[in-house]
Amino acid sequence: MCLLKIENLHAGVEGTEILTGLDLTVKVGEVHAIMGPNGSGKSTLAQVLAGRADYEVTAGSITYRGEDLLELAPEIRAREGIFLAFQYPVEIPGVSNVYFLKAALNAIRKHRGQEEIDAMDFLAYVKSKMEIVKMEEELLHRPVNEGFSGGEKKRNEIFHMEVLDPTLAVLDETDSGLDIDALKIVAEGVNSMRSPERGFIIITHYQRLLNFIVPDVVHVMVGGRIVETGGKELALELEAKGYGGHTRAAEAAAEAAMPASG
Amino acid sequence: MPLSGTEIIDQEVAQEYKWGFVTDIEQETLPPGLDEGVVRFISAKKDEPEWMLEWRLKAYRHWLTLEEPHWPNVTYPEIDYQAMIYWAAPKKAGDGPQSLDDIDPEILATYNKLGIPLEEQKMLAGVAVDAVFDSVSVATTFKDRLAEAGVIFCPISEAIREHPELVKKYLGSVVPSGDNFFAALNAAVFSDGSFVYIPAGVRCPMELSTYFRINAQNTGQFERTLIIAEKGSHVSYLEGCTAPKRDENQLHAAVVEIYAHEDAEVKYSTVQNWYPGDPKTGKGGIYNFVTKRGICAGARSKISWTQVETGSAITWKYPSVILKGDDSTGEFYSVAVTKGFQQADTGTKMIHVGKNTRSTIISKGISAGRGQNTYRGQVKILKNADGARNFSQCDSMLIGDRCGAHTFPYIDVQNTTAQMEHEASTSKIGEDQLFYCASRGLDAEDALSLIVNGFCKEVFKELPMEFAVEARRLLEVSLEGSVG
Ligand SMILES: Nc1ncnc2c1ncn2[C@@H]1O[C@H](COP(=O)(O)OP(=O)(O)O)[C@@H](O)[C@H]1O
Ligand SMILES: [Mg+2]
Repeated sequence: MCLLKIENLHAGVEGTEILTGLDLTVKVGEVHAIMGPNGSGKSTLAQVLAGRADYEVTAGSITYRGEDLLELAPEIRAREGIFLAFQYPVEIPGVSNVYFLKAALNAIRKHRGQEEIDAMDFLAYVKSKMEIVKMEEELLHRPVNEGFSGGEKKRNEIFHMEVLDPTLAVLDETDSGLDIDALKIVAEGVNSMRSPERGFIIITHYQRLLNFIVPDVVHVMVGGRIVETGGKELALELEAKGYGGHTRAAEAAAEAAMPASG
Repeated sequence: MPLSGTEIIDQEVAQEYKWGFVTDIEQETLPPGLDEGVVRFISAKKDEPEWMLEWRLKAYRHWLTLEEPHWPNVTYPEIDYQAMIYWAAPKKAGDGPQSLDDIDPEILATYNKLGIPLEEQKMLAGVAVDAVFDSVSVATTFKDRLAEAGVIFCPISEAIREHPELVKKYLGSVVPSGDNFFAALNAAVFSDGSFVYIPAGVRCPMELSTYFRINAQNTGQFERTLIIAEKGSHVSYLEGCTAPKRDENQLHAAVVEIYAHEDAEVKYSTVQNWYPGDPKTGKGGIYNFVTKRGICAGARSKISWTQVETGSAITWKYPSVILKGDDSTGEFYSVAVTKGFQQADTGTKMIHVGKNTRSTIISKGISAGRGQNTYRGQVKILKNADGARNFSQCDSMLIGDRCGAHTFPYIDVQNTTAQMEHEASTSKIGEDQLFYCASRGLDAEDALSLIVNGFCKEVFKELPMEFAVEARRLLEVSLEGSVG
């Protein structure tokens, strides 16, 4: 079944188009990797999927489980099962991580017509998830991301994902800046959640992560669109050759698409 | 398209004050203006003894020599003291709204959200309820229990008549009648207020609340409160309530004095939610210029101020403690919220006089809209205050990017054994935080209430339990009005 279908997506900020006609289809149970040079629009795609209002969608469509995703407010998207692990996780002062997650989980459960989970059950549930990402107990009680190290923030994103149990998880460079041990923890978190009911979009700059999370499909993104799609071997190829060829191909394509001046 | 954080915040800020005002009603009033005649008139109306009149007149004459202070970080049009009315007769039954049916449904909706019982809703909305309220059994049992314990809790006007020796001894002993411009004005024309006396060794059997004091709704704009805690006594006093109170007076200049003897402990909690003015234009709203001070006169005594300030156009108050007794303790816990065009300049003064005196200051300022929030605090350690200690923490939270937070800590240490600790932080709640919360399934309203309550929890935990629940709800309701 088709989980996510993006067609001819154009989006940007005030007059600057960042996504320039992007197509992407993710079926349930699949893990997709999106690779691409800095500035190619990977984070923009992730944020548009999560519903960030700063980006205006000027053309195209996004269909999530048969619904028009662009019609939904960001919190509704989350409650419908979309999760974004941020490239730069945000600090929420004064609100403990565990309290925050309980409120989030209950908002999601309420949306789904489930009963609120009480504090005791929640704590037991959270403990089981903490083990997977080797979260220190202490980080549960600190304000969300406040004073967390870079690695702790990334692990916390995966922890949030584990707790909120999404249907489509988008990970935006969760591997950046992680040492090999932390990287393995993140990969284990994702692998433990792989299931026929769930889909993943894993945005990464490096091939390294894909040694641990083996993707079903690899895309190359350049200049705001997908320029090549292949199997897991494509990632290794990119590592060896870089994005050079793709960048030139994309430039040529962009030029060809421009209306002739004069 | 989903709304951006800024748009949500704008919507929030554009919300009307849900609690509005009820229309004017005629009252028996003096013409506007202030002179000795007015002071005499008020004193006579209150059946006051000669000494009280003299005290007021002395304050009035001193007031004439003072100038209105302009050092607080707030701006407002000049106040014409001769254009104000200084005495309005208590409303007679039949003058005001006749029943809750006459009250703006919006106000009633807010009362219900805050979980305020019907009888109290009537009182707050200005429906004449004296008789009804008197008959409420809780008020009666309450009086009996206090009398049994020997606690005096009555309007200060009554105390002046019934307990002149106590009033004479303590009135003005902490806040002298000439202390400052507004305190002097209050001393000259105060209308009424509360009087509390806790005898030696008595632990007051219940929390004292202005809520339960008959006629509390008519204390007017110049309220005066005096609390005396004898040796080893203990009392917790609650002022105000979370529900918005109907009030036509623009200037409020209240005075609160607390006198704590040896080993006595006084906890004073305030929730202030007066009309903040029009959120779009900043027009109207209460000017809340208050002088609150306590003295820990005896050894090992303790005075603790906790305030949640969400209302008023301008708030100007510094609940303070003079730590005179050795080993005495002063505390100040504050949450101040400014949104729309509200301005607050608030904080505390801790004056360490005695040895091994300790003070704690926790201040949380929240600004939204175009609100301006200033913390101003002074910690003074005098020469003989060996081993004095202070801990201060001043945190500011900005919601949106058109509001402001300012911190002015003044420290004056004259004894080298003093230990001072100061922490401060400013955090900003903007689109990034709201979007992050949204990406986890929390809407803007949930997110803001989560963040704000988290930010304030150190102060809320100092409030008596029921009050803390109310205060949380109040913040939620006032921000709900805010987050569209
Ligand atoms: N909010 C924004 N305002 C202006 N420019 C932006 C904004 N977000 C992204 N961009 C620009 O769009 C391009 C793509 O950015 P981004 O999506 O972060 O790329 P990537 O994640 O692939 O590195 C960059 O040139 C970046 O500067
Ligand atoms: Mg990026």
